[in-house]
Amino acid sequence: MELNNIEKLLERYFDATATVAEEEMLREYFTKEEVPLHLKKYAPMFQYFSIAKEEKFTRQVPLKPRKKSYMKWISVAAVGILIFGIYFGRSYQEQREAEYAYQETKKALSLLAANLGKGTEKVAYLREFEETKQKIYNKN
Amino acid sequence: MQQTEFLNVVLPFKDKLYRLAKRLLVSKEEAEDATQEILMKLWSKNSMMEGYNNVEAYAMMMTKNFCLDRLKSKQAGNLKLVHSNYRDENVSLQNQVEVSDSLGWVERIMEELPEQQKMVLQLRDVEQYEFEEIAELLGLSATAVRVTLSRARKTVREKLVQKHNYGIK
Repeated sequence: MELNNIEKLLERYFDATATVAEEEMLREYFTKEEVPLHLKKYAPMFQYFSIAKEEKFTRQVPLKPRKKSYMKWISVAAVGILIFGIYFGRSYQEQREAEYAYQETKKALSLLAANLGKGTEKVAYLREFEETKQKIYNKN
Repeated sequence: MQQTEFLNVVLPFKDKLYRLAKRLLVSKEEAEDATQEILMKLWSKNSMMEGYNNVEAYAMMMTKNFCLDRLKSKQAGNLKLVHSNYRDENVSLQNQVEVSDSLGWVERIMEELPEQQKMVLQLRDVEQYEFEEIAELLGLSATAVRVTLSRARKTVREKLVQKHNYGIK
């Protein structure tokens, strides 16, 4: 590559106005070709950058399969159902109690009504007695 | 997402995470720990990962934050500075390079840079990120990234020339 061109690119490189492609050209130039003496001082930079890119992460990372999120959602659902059940179970219970109380009251009232009927029947006899007594009084 | 699938997603950029971590933390062990931590964090929320359109950028952001936190934390006092990692790893490189020692200089010079400059230099010159990507990752404007990058490169050049001359004279 032309020396002139390289010098211009270098200038733009240090002003950080070169594009990635242009910087790539510089890197290639400084790692592959013979570099003239006055540019030699730049060579280590570009060479170092290309080498630094070669470094690899070699450690194996232990990745545990995850199940915990599954369990978490199940427990959330269970708690939901439990609360739901308690709420509706209680209202059902209340309804049954009310019904039972109603039935009991009705029974008691009907018992009262029946006894009252019996009472009035007896009172009817009493009236008979009163009439007869009046007749006897009137005769005398 | 299954484990193999996850590894396939992570594979293209896990080295980038490691290199960024190493640039910031210097120590190889620390950087490996950090990368492992990040990968495990990603795995633990991998059901959400499908929602991110750019997992790489997200992972890089996590790495950056993690490493900066690490540097800030008290443990940073115990960080081991390992300077000699690169030498035995890159034997082949020694052959192709005339002055292999000056490569070590570049690395050491980079270690002395402020974190912001380190990261910009790493992301641009090593990983070839675009300015916009770097800007987003570091929460800077594109112009600020440009300025930081220019400053970092010039500092490296200056110090390199200094060391070079010192070696000769």
